[in-house]
Amino acid sequence: MVEAQNVGFRAGHRDLISGISARFAPGQLHLIIGANGAGKSTLVKVLSRLLRPAAGLVQYDGRDVSHATERDLARRRAVLSQAIEVAFPLSVREVVMMGRYPHFGTRPAQHDLDIVDEVMRFFDVSDMAERSYPTLSGGEKQRVNFARVLGQVWQPVAGQHRILFLDEPLTFLDIRHQIEFMKKVRETLKSGDMVIVGVVHDLNLAARFADRLLLLNQGRVLADGTGAEVLAPAHIRTAFGIEPVVTTAPGGGLHLIFD
Amino acid sequence: MSAPRIAGLLLALVVLMILTVLASIRFGAIDFPLHQMWSSTAAVLAGRTPDTLDGRIFTELRLPRAILCVFVGASLGVGGTLMQALFRNPIVEPGLVGTSSGAAFGASLYFVLGTVLHVEQAPWSLPAAACAGGVVSTWMVFALAETRGDGRASIVMLLLTGLAVNALFLSGIGFLSYIARDPQARSIIFWNLGTLSGATWRSVAIVGGVTTLGTLASLVYAKQLNALMIGEEEATYLGVNVARLKLIVLSINVAIVAVATAFTGVISFVGLIVPHILRMLRGADNRFLIIASAVFGATLLSLADLIARVALRPAELPIGIVTSVVGVPVFLSLLRRRRYVF
Repeated sequence: MVEAQNVGFRAGHRDLISGISARFAPGQLHLIIGANGAGKSTLVKVLSRLLRPAAGLVQYDGRDVSHATERDLARRRAVLSQAIEVAFPLSVREVVMMGRYPHFGTRPAQHDLDIVDEVMRFFDVSDMAERSYPTLSGGEKQRVNFARVLGQVWQPVAGQHRILFLDEPLTFLDIRHQIEFMKKVRETLKSGDMVIVGVVHDLNLAARFADRLLLLNQGRVLADGTGAEVLAPAHIRTAFGIEPVVTTAPGGGLHLIFD
Repeated sequence: MSAPRIAGLLLALVVLMILTVLASIRFGAIDFPLHQMWSSTAAVLAGRTPDTLDGRIFTELRLPRAILCVFVGASLGVGGTLMQALFRNPIVEPGLVGTSSGAAFGASLYFVLGTVLHVEQAPWSLPAAACAGGVVSTWMVFALAETRGDGRASIVMLLLTGLAVNALFLSGIGFLSYIARDPQARSIIFWNLGTLSGATWRSVAIVGGVTTLGTLASLVYAKQLNALMIGEEEATYLGVNVARLKLIVLSINVAIVAVATAFTGVISFVGLIVPHILRMLRGADNRFLIIASAVFGATLLSLADLIARVALRPAELPIGIVTSVVGVPVFLSLLRRRRYVF
């Protein structure tokens, strides 16, 4: 369980987010939506403790995260960011191996090597293991990084939930890889002890894949709940300034059309 | 690449270094026959002073110079690797955060003011002045680059501030050479171009000790530096305390580069080229790069020093000219071959 209690963050004199309270339960896919500048990425950075909140607190499994060491956090909490560029010829295998860095000292143990092989198979990047990361396409890089962060929290942690944050993970993926990516995320949830919180732009993808949605508007929570509750036309109008037509997708879920 | 192949590559680099150093010891203003190299070295190891003049030139000038060259080359190579990993930029070298220009300014100030203050007799004063300059300039870069009030300077601010502070110290050096009297100005110029001709066993011991400690300390942080290559935020998510890592690695860099610069003057391009070539051989893993750049930096600088001593013999070129003349075309051709992806 990840919980934000009345969290706020300021940059200069501007509140990027304020008064945000939300709970993110394991086994469910939580997606954060909102317009540009609504505070989605800031919230993820505060939840993952990259940023320290100016107000309120963030708890993992009921414990304040502000005093945890970087390394202890890194063993149970991973974050996939947008567009990771590297200026050096690192091999794909080494980039994926970085996910295991918090778990070993100077040399990876056999099970670290095994996990790296496993996550590379899971994301279908095994055949590029020896390629140089900077030569990959944007979509390939994103898959390699997802393999890396999933490898970071691959093993259950006794007595704690594992936590995975996805900050706009779909940015450089084409439509097929977007769908495959979201399916892999759902597959990852099946272990039941993982809390997954993501930020996405595409409302229809959010409607299709999320269990719970959190809609932000101007740094505050506008709506929190299931797709049907959050994606009401009034909410969309307020948050995005555009009028949706809400229909039903062939599969039965919600589908939004914008004129 | 597998562990045996890395070990093989490191072994090859070490063998190359030994051969280069042997050549650098053998040839120079005077060429020493192998048997004389051996007997003089044996004499020193036995605690005796060689009885011939040639023997004394060998043990008191040639040998310490060659060994100093190994340590200075190693420190520049390691410094380059550390800076490139820290700044996530392959075209960075140790002078970037102001260390070299500050050290050069400190030395120039010493040349001009030393006469006035009557401190030029002390053997420590030139290195001390250079070190002080290096520490001051590096501190200035960090104090000025840190604008957010949270003790965390961003990489971009560091790069730009380094540029500005370097320009400031270089113009200071220009001013000092302008007002200096002829012999002092000549010292400033020679020192700013770099030279190993002042090598003594004492400087070997100091530079050797600092470089060895610095290299071993960097190895401890190699894995964290790897994580930093994919970004400061990512490294934080992977459990690295980035602010602390930056402080430690920069301190190591200042220590090894300022001390080496203090005894030899400014030697450019070694710190830039060494990690470049090694990355093309084996990729960017810092656990390999730090050791390999120490060995390969020593090799390249020994080669440059050999060229500096034999090109115009019996006269001698400043080594900084050699490293630039050889280094720039190599660097440009590396860039143009485009095997290296930025």
